[in-house]
Amino acid sequence: MAEVVFDHVTRIYPGNDKPSVDDLNLDIKDGEFLVLVGPSGCGKSTTLRMLAGLEEVNKGRILIGGKDVTTMQPKDRDIAMVFQNYALYPHMTVADNMGFALKIAGTPKEEIRKRVEKAAEILDLTEYLDRKPKALSGGQRQRVAMGRAIVREPKVFLMDEPLSNLDAKLRVQTRTQIAALQRQLGVTTLYVTHDQTEALTMGDRIAVIKLGILQQVGAPTELYDRPANVFVAGFIGSPSMNINTHPVVNGKAKIGEDTVDLPKEAVDKLTAEDNGQIVVGFRPEDAGLATPDDPNAFSLKVVNVEDLGSDGYIYGNIITDGSAAEASQVMSDQNKLTTIRVNPRALPKVGDTVKIKIDPSKMHLFAPSTELRLN
Amino acid sequence: MENQDLPQMDPRALKATSVNADDTSATSAEPQALKITAASSNPKMFTLPWHKPLATWPEELLANLPRGISRHVVRFVHVGDDVYAMKEITRQVAEREYELLRRLQKLELPTVKPIAVVTGRHTPEGDPLEAILVTRHLKFSLPYRALFARNLRPDTAERLIDALAVLMVRLHLAGFYWGDVSLSNVLFLRDADAFSACLVDAETGDLHVTLTEGQREYDLDLARTNIIGELMDLSSGRMLPSSVDEVEVGNRLVERYHSLWSALTDTDKFNPDEMWKIEKRVNKLNELGFDVDELEMKTAEDGKRVLVRPRVVDAGYASRKLLRLTGLDVQENQARRLLNDLDAYRASTWREGEDLEIVATDWMREVFEPTVRMIPPEYRSQIEPAQFFHEVLDHRWFLAEAAGHDVPMAEAVSSYIEKVLPQYKMDSKTVAAINADADSGVVDDEYTYNENNAHHDDDGYNPDDDPDAAVWSH
Repeated sequence: MAEVVFDHVTRIYPGNDKPSVDDLNLDIKDGEFLVLVGPSGCGKSTTLRMLAGLEEVNKGRILIGGKDVTTMQPKDRDIAMVFQNYALYPHMTVADNMGFALKIAGTPKEEIRKRVEKAAEILDLTEYLDRKPKALSGGQRQRVAMGRAIVREPKVFLMDEPLSNLDAKLRVQTRTQIAALQRQLGVTTLYVTHDQTEALTMGDRIAVIKLGILQQVGAPTELYDRPANVFVAGFIGSPSMNINTHPVVNGKAKIGEDTVDLPKEAVDKLTAEDNGQIVVGFRPEDAGLATPDDPNAFSLKVVNVEDLGSDGYIYGNIITDGSAAEASQVMSDQNKLTTIRVNPRALPKVGDTVKIKIDPSKMHLFAPSTELRLN
Repeated sequence: MENQDLPQMDPRALKATSVNADDTSATSAEPQALKITAASSNPKMFTLPWHKPLATWPEELLANLPRGISRHVVRFVHVGDDVYAMKEITRQVAEREYELLRRLQKLELPTVKPIAVVTGRHTPEGDPLEAILVTRHLKFSLPYRALFARNLRPDTAERLIDALAVLMVRLHLAGFYWGDVSLSNVLFLRDADAFSACLVDAETGDLHVTLTEGQREYDLDLARTNIIGELMDLSSGRMLPSSVDEVEVGNRLVERYHSLWSALTDTDKFNPDEMWKIEKRVNKLNELGFDVDELEMKTAEDGKRVLVRPRVVDAGYASRKLLRLTGLDVQENQARRLLNDLDAYRASTWREGEDLEIVATDWMREVFEPTVRMIPPEYRSQIEPAQFFHEVLDHRWFLAEAAGHDVPMAEAVSSYIEKVLPQYKMDSKTVAAINADADSGVVDDEYTYNENNAHHDDDGYNPDDDPDAAVWSH
């Protein structure tokens, strides 16, 4: 059990002038499952490796359970890197497969048995303890490998994209298992992934990092409901948030021929650097079809529709100057289209122009110059 | 892979491949049609049954060779005249490993040769299948479990460890962090009385400009744990001589690694009148099998002492020398043995004044080639010519000692073929047992464990009904 603290931590690789991790301040609370998420090259793995002791820290300190471990060797830090491809040994029983590392460390036999039995209970492997791996299913084999990390009872678990080498089916299953397991064990965990779905479904809190700089830390719903900047807004959530820049005219966002009311306190925060514009974001589920005479609605040219049974999705181009952008060209990159979730029984036809109204309480507003949240 | 330190990396490694398994690609679309990115142009590659799960490929395609323990399905497949190792894994991992192996190959490190990444596989029904990483099977190599399946010298474990220590030091010097060192992730080649080791699994590895001490020590610590575990497993399966202490063997790796690392990287301090010590240092490195390409010499701050440190070292001192003289490309210790025999030949034919290159040509024609031509055809895929030659020389020495006089080479060869060589044969039953062991570690393939359960589980257990989801809710 331990709290982890990154205290103004910086890592600059030799020969680089920009830090890969820049002045990181981050606390992982005792027993917390923190997911560090970000795109490739953002510094998330470097952060994990610094905590593991695999990467040098150029500036700042790292503490585990109040103890400064910044220059300590990996094996002295009482951390466990989970499933770095743990092999299963065919001639050893499940119990021995789980406990042999303790035996090497000289842990007394009774203690090993106790810890193995405890882990087996959590992993539902009790009845298999005296069997060989051959007699297990793939999922059970995977859990024996988890057991090998659990019995060590480390202060911190480190997981670097642990699901990346599993096939799709096992990945979803294991995702649920890891999250549930961590909660039962209550061991402080740092989990690194590029996949925001993994982050949202697993973490107690999520830390989003980009180009070495921490963007936001918070509970999944916090990041989803109140992203601190444009990057987090676009990165968290699937399908992703619709984000567009519009001119501000008389305190309203001008979207094509239409205008949408904006809260005064947000507009007041805009500065000269924003050039009279505002970034408006809304999630696909926070907007809906409006009537043609509805104020505060904008026009959307429908490019594609999807009926998923429970949900319907409209993909379209916001009409900005009276004509939709070249539809066929945009089709190739659906991400650029505005996405609206609607009742699947009320889907418009491709080619229609519809009016869309954003739920004003669910609008995300950002300053174009700083990309920071305004409301 | 987060390649933040790419700007400083060896340009050979940077230009190794067109495959870039950057982790954002994990979210990119899977190829819809079969796609083979290959480093070889073997057209037979296209005729393989890529639409079937690897575990169900027809027997006649497979080469019956022993496999190591793996979490993924691995098969050896005949492709034309070659044998390729195929590993079924996710596309991201396959591409990443292919890319890394390409880089390590360009750095001339002992790894298996990557051949291809095959993606976009589908069953005839259109269901997606995992990607396959293809590497060339390293001829004459064996996984450690196959070595222990035979009657071996009691010090085999130690000799394997020594080879692994050399491999780790070489990889670490080149900036490769392995992340999962174990006997299972290595193939062994006989190298005269020793072994040489070759990396076969780079799934968890990373290439850096240089490694931190933390990375090296973590690799070493994990290696020690894994090796002890692997030996304990052999012991449970009664394949390890009872005299072997698993923990001691594991500790030996740590010792060997550290002593080799410091021999190659430590700075020596000499007085200016002790410059002969530099030569001594270089000779010591040569004995360890390393060439010194660059030596850094500078004066200490007091101006009285000289500091000497090897800057660039290359493994394969003897094997490069033999290659230059004879064109034979063999392991380091084999090369040393062959060079010694060449020296003996030169002395016995009174040609010490002649160029070694010319003597070497005659030695090849008169001694080496006639000997290795006698390898019976059925053993030609089991023993390397240089290893055969080395073992015949050993055998000849034993015969001579017993007889009290010299024994002609031809007689030694015949006796060796009759008495010693049969040990090299591995029957198909042994291979099958080794491969069944290997498969029992596979985590992500239903074909493998369904079959096993059918044979070994009599409690009516059906993995399809495994209530995993329910387990985690209580």
